Amino acid sequence: MIDTGMVIEWIIKSLVLILGLTGGFAYLTWLERRLLARFQSRIGPNRAGPFGLGVPIADAVKAFLKEELIPHYADKVIFVLAPVITVVPALTVLAVIPWGEPLQMFGRQVSLYISDVNVGIVYIMAITSISVYGITLAGWSSNNKYALLGGLRATAQMISYELALGLSMVGPALVAGSLSLVDIVHAQQNTLWYAILQPAAFILFFISSTAEINRAPFDMPEAEQELTAGYHTEYSGMKFALFFMAEYIKMIAVSVIGSTLFLGGFDGPFVGQFPWLGPLYLIIKTVIWLMVLIWLRATWPRIRYDRLMSLGWKILFPFALLNVMVTAFVVALVG
Amino acid sequence: MPVIQIVFFSLLAIVAISTAIAMLLSRNAIYSALFLVLNFATVAVLYLTLGAPFIAVTQVTVYAGAIMVLFLFVISLLGAEKLPGYEPLKGHRVMALLLALVFVVELVLFVVYRNQMVGPMPVVTPEFASPKNIGVTLFTQYLLPFEVVAIILLSATIGAIVLTKPDKKRVTPFAQEKE
Repeated sequence: MIDTGMVIEWIIKSLVLILGLTGGFAYLTWLERRLLARFQSRIGPNRAGPFGLGVPIADAVKAFLKEELIPHYADKVIFVLAPVITVVPALTVLAVIPWGEPLQMFGRQVSLYISDVNVGIVYIMAITSISVYGITLAGWSSNNKYALLGGLRATAQMISYELALGLSMVGPALVAGSLSLVDIVHAQQNTLWYAILQPAAFILFFISSTAEINRAPFDMPEAEQELTAGYHTEYSGMKFALFFMAEYIKMIAVSVIGSTLFLGGFDGPFVGQFPWLGPLYLIIKTVIWLMVLIWLRATWPRIRYDRLMSLGWKILFPFALLNVMVTAFVVALVG
Repeated sequence: MPVIQIVFFSLLAIVAISTAIAMLLSRNAIYSALFLVLNFATVAVLYLTLGAPFIAVTQVTVYAGAIMVLFLFVISLLGAEKLPGYEPLKGHRVMALLLALVFVVELVLFVVYRNQMVGPMPVVTPEFASPKNIGVTLFTQYLLPFEVVAIILLSATIGAIVLTKPDKKRVTPFAQEKE
């Protein structure tokens, strides 16, 4: 039953998740700049603090102090709401991810997830499908042609890749026989990681999730040569920082979800004896996934818009359907 | 029912009804669409409080996530957010009021004439609305409606594809001769 201790536990866990994600966002921007600089034989930002670790703090202060502009002909209510609508789904999507086995802390059993619902994967799909709104509304309410075009592109792209993304998550759910992410991680502990058992789903998830979060080479919504800055052209100061934050938190979220579904989640050597290693393993896997995303950005040119749509609808979507059918057949025959 | 539950349900009901009315009254199509999204989300929360998380998240994914995003997309693509002050379809407001009246009468008749045997509320376990249970019920007890819906959806998909196909200019030998 619900008692005071449980409520406090939920609040603390939610706070840790949200603060961790915001802190992760700040240092992910630092990591991306440093790594991109290395990829391009530059040094990168290294002046503020050791290794340039003070740069995100300086950036945050800058964003707070900047002037906020709202265009005269913008729809003010939606213009102000849009960044918030973009950030909230990014922060809430990770509520169903398990970070480790339950731990004994302060004399009580603490489970390292906020909620283990039996519809975890559907919950993730629901949240990702809502996250389109902020971008569409930002593009529309700015009353600017570049913003509108960027918003429309983002909407079309995210709707198209959502299908392949959702279907690629069906594969692990079928093999594990559960929609709960805790069960999926445990099922991977008993067999192999699903990156090996479900390679097609893994590749499909990787491609479509990269497109879903508008990362290179699928960053058409913000193609600066064509659209100035896309849907956030008219945004400045803290509101722009919120869009920036949502984008990087989505990167982290996608990496955590992918690691949980396909790379064994918090599973790793000796995690049975030392449960504290669970969160550490998940963080290591996430950071590796993030580095691959940055690596892709540094090395791949942007894909053309019509190619992007035909890749999503004509290649990824049929393959994802096929993978679901084959997996279902095999699971029905074997198990 | 404890008081806190009644308060919670009435709050949700007020939000659901007021967003529905706001959707109807708003003169801006984007705001109408957003009020409808809020309405769907509130209904999803209602499902959640009734112990049906699967239906709640499905409601959000399908209605709020897929259908309404398409609505918003089309509205902002066509620039059709400003609604005209007149009725594009003659007399549709009268028809809508009449149909609403029929619906309300139906509802009242149902409440009055339904089976009056009110037993104790069945105890619903968390397993009752689990994805597995829903799937099993769907594929055994409700198989026929399920298949019918599947065929309707398929024909709607094919219809959408056929309707959006660009017209190919027919070049028949006869037409060439006429030119």
